[in-house]
Amino acid sequence: LQESESENRLDGETASDSESKSEFGGSSPVPTSDDTPEVLNRALSNLSSRWKNWWVRGILTLAMITFFFIIIYLGPMVLMTIVMCVQIKCFHEIITIGYNVYHSYDLPWFRTLSWYFLLCVNYFFYGETVTDYFFTLVQREEPLRILSKYHRFISFALYLTGFCMFVLSLVKKHYRLQFYMFGWTHVTLLIVVTQSHLIIHNLFEGMIWFIVPISCVICNDIMAYMFGFFFGRTPLIKLSPKKTWEGFIGGFFSTVLFGLLLSYVMSGYRCFTCPVEFNNDTNSFTVDCEPSELFQLQEYNIPGLLHSVLGWRTVRMYPFQIHSIALSTFASLIGPFGGFFASGFKRAFKIKDFANTIPGHGGIMDRFDCQYLMATFVNVYIASFIRGPNPSKLIQQFLTLRPEQQLHIFNTLKAHLVDRGVLASLEDA
Amino acid sequence: EVDLEERLHELDLRSDSDIPDVPPPTDSTPEILKRALSGLSARWKNWWIRGILSLAMISVFFLIIYLGSFMLMLLVLSIQVKCYHEIITIGYRVYHSYDLPWFRSLSWYFLLCVNYFFYGETVADYFATFVQRREQLQFLIRYHRFISFALYLTGFCMFVLSLVKKHYRLQFYMFAWTHVTLLITVTQSHLVIQNLFEGMIWFLVPISSVICNDITAYIFGFFFGRTPLIKLSPKKTWEGFIGGFFSTVVFGFIFSYFLAQHQYFVCPVEYNSETNRFVTECEPSELFHMKKYSVPPLLQAVLGWETVNMYPFQLHSFALSTFASLIGPFGGFFASGFKRAFKIKDFADTIPGHGGIMDRFDCQYLMATFVHVYITSFIRGPNPSKLLKQLLILQPEQQLSVYKTLKSHLVEKGILQPSLRG
Repeated sequence: LQESESENRLDGETASDSESKSEFGGSSPVPTSDDTPEVLNRALSNLSSRWKNWWVRGILTLAMITFFFIIIYLGPMVLMTIVMCVQIKCFHEIITIGYNVYHSYDLPWFRTLSWYFLLCVNYFFYGETVTDYFFTLVQREEPLRILSKYHRFISFALYLTGFCMFVLSLVKKHYRLQFYMFGWTHVTLLIVVTQSHLIIHNLFEGMIWFIVPISCVICNDIMAYMFGFFFGRTPLIKLSPKKTWEGFIGGFFSTVLFGLLLSYVMSGYRCFTCPVEFNNDTNSFTVDCEPSELFQLQEYNIPGLLHSVLGWRTVRMYPFQIHSIALSTFASLIGPFGGFFASGFKRAFKIKDFANTIPGHGGIMDRFDCQYLMATFVNVYIASFIRGPNPSKLIQQFLTLRPEQQLHIFNTLKAHLVDRGVLASLEDA
Repeated sequence: EVDLEERLHELDLRSDSDIPDVPPPTDSTPEILKRALSGLSARWKNWWIRGILSLAMISVFFLIIYLGSFMLMLLVLSIQVKCYHEIITIGYRVYHSYDLPWFRSLSWYFLLCVNYFFYGETVADYFATFVQRREQLQFLIRYHRFISFALYLTGFCMFVLSLVKKHYRLQFYMFAWTHVTLLITVTQSHLVIQNLFEGMIWFLVPISSVICNDITAYIFGFFFGRTPLIKLSPKKTWEGFIGGFFSTVVFGFIFSYFLAQHQYFVCPVEYNSETNRFVTECEPSELFHMKKYSVPPLLQAVLGWETVNMYPFQLHSFALSTFASLIGPFGGFFASGFKRAFKIKDFADTIPGHGGIMDRFDCQYLMATFVHVYITSFIRGPNPSKLLKQLLILQPEQQLSVYKTLKSHLVEKGILQPSLRG
């Protein structure tokens, strides 16, 4: 009876998770090892364990923020590389959890296939991005031109190869396991790789679109923690017992304020507000342009309500700061759901942290779980409210059409421009 | 003792022996068929049922083609919804998650969101003139991505809020199951519709090639089958595979020849805003004009012809049929593996003798993507109406600079006369 009962409690077959007594104990797949550097260990050896943990976290936080600033200083290319590395590490962490859950180390094919799929999807996305931004460079080099023209076909062929290899690798007693890992890999790719490419798109739009969202999420994390630490009383959600309503609301207002201030400071500098472009002559990235309307100071009337509070009648600010309110609001209100999702995931698979990469903080994924939705939101926001499609991309697509199609579009565009009065007359060149 | 219990606690999935067997499938053959075939032995009866249902499905297919593009679109949509339902139901059964009612609503909600997103991106392009006239639709189109994302986010937040203490893992599994299913069924079905709008021939030839390959591989295997093909599907044989390949290529060739002659099949589907209907009328593109080809010397000796008149499309059909016969079956093997993994005989019991809708469409799964990628890579560039739509939402200064660039390009190519009348 006991045996059949324990048989019934195998994963996936039960309506409830089997509650094992040792939550993070011996049967836990990822033992927590202490990889705090020796230096820190010695420096903090005197303090009690609680304060030591607090200090380790604090120091590492400062280290990460400093690192962030250095990379920003180094420029877009380095940023792109860093985003790529973070993406690969996150993918690796989540896949490793999958292996641990399913004890599938003894299916070596699968590790190779997961990395192969990661490569395929990255190739596809980078190809699409590179083709758009490096258009002239690509057109010049013959092999690149062919790769770019048949890019979708090549990516699809590569993916198909992986798919067929998966089908051929199905082994009799392990079908379900292999399908689970296949599904796990694909969902991870969907989450990790698409987000990272959206971040890079945002980056190319202007570094400010990369820095402000990420900083808002980090600020919200820190502020919510502090408000919760000092004023926290009412729990927010059963999933994360440490979060409180006071932290949530305090974090919201601080983040909005922080976003306004940060945007104000950054909007003044061209290197942050200009779209990143690739200069063919110097073969490097340049951020030089005439700042768009968003980044030019304008006079706004303060609504009557705030007027009495602040005492100012009008205020000079950048239109971008109004957008930053939307970004900060999203970061504070919806961003935490990404964190709850990750918490639920960790509880579901009985792990404390995604990995042990950063001492005191856990894995890379632990730091980036709230960023996950933010990148998509910023990208959708830009595409919907800030700018339309990319004109050079449109011209590029136009050039591949057939002559009669080109003529038809040209005439329609012309009629539209005349209609709007942009073109003075039919004879205007 | 304790060790064994603890290990079993930890979800040991190294073997598949732990999955309970699914109850035997119910017999949904209609009464009338049963009475008509009561005389025959069980084996022949099964064969007849399969045969009759195959004919019935093919007839329905022809009927809908006759009824036009709009009906086809609806058919594709219904099939997509049914496939999604079948796969999700299997998930419920595997995870015994009927007692989480939130999840059924969430799965259907996500299906709705993703469909809304795709229909807005693709179909809206084709109805550009229809949309231009109505204000509310313009708003929906302009902020389409934002609205879709907001809808999806709502579902995501609902999911997070619905996480129940003892059921975390189950809920995450169902979440992932839903997303992978959406990825498979919904994206494929939209690619099928995109292919359809390119011209009905791009919809008919691939699907027929896959069906033909299924049938001829079965027939060749039945008569000549000897060497098994893959452990996953013991009934498939190399003889069936190769025989199916050659028959499908020949079938594709001949079928394309007939379809390429009619404007109804060859022309891109367009929506006529005046008559409020779909029209397929155009000047057939070069692909569908007869051309003379010299037969390569190898075939010349065999066939005895020096040149042959055929449509360029038939060469493309060669690529389509090859894919349908060589790679298409992998979709079938994938589905077989899936059924074995979850110990089910068929996806569902919708069609008597054949199983579920998904059983019929498992090989089509990769075909739709291939045809779409093939078209965008080799046949045509981007979609003109989509390009136009994007041009029209640019800022006026951007439009003006684009206009100037285009004009100089067209004048250079000689497409536009560099006169004052433009």
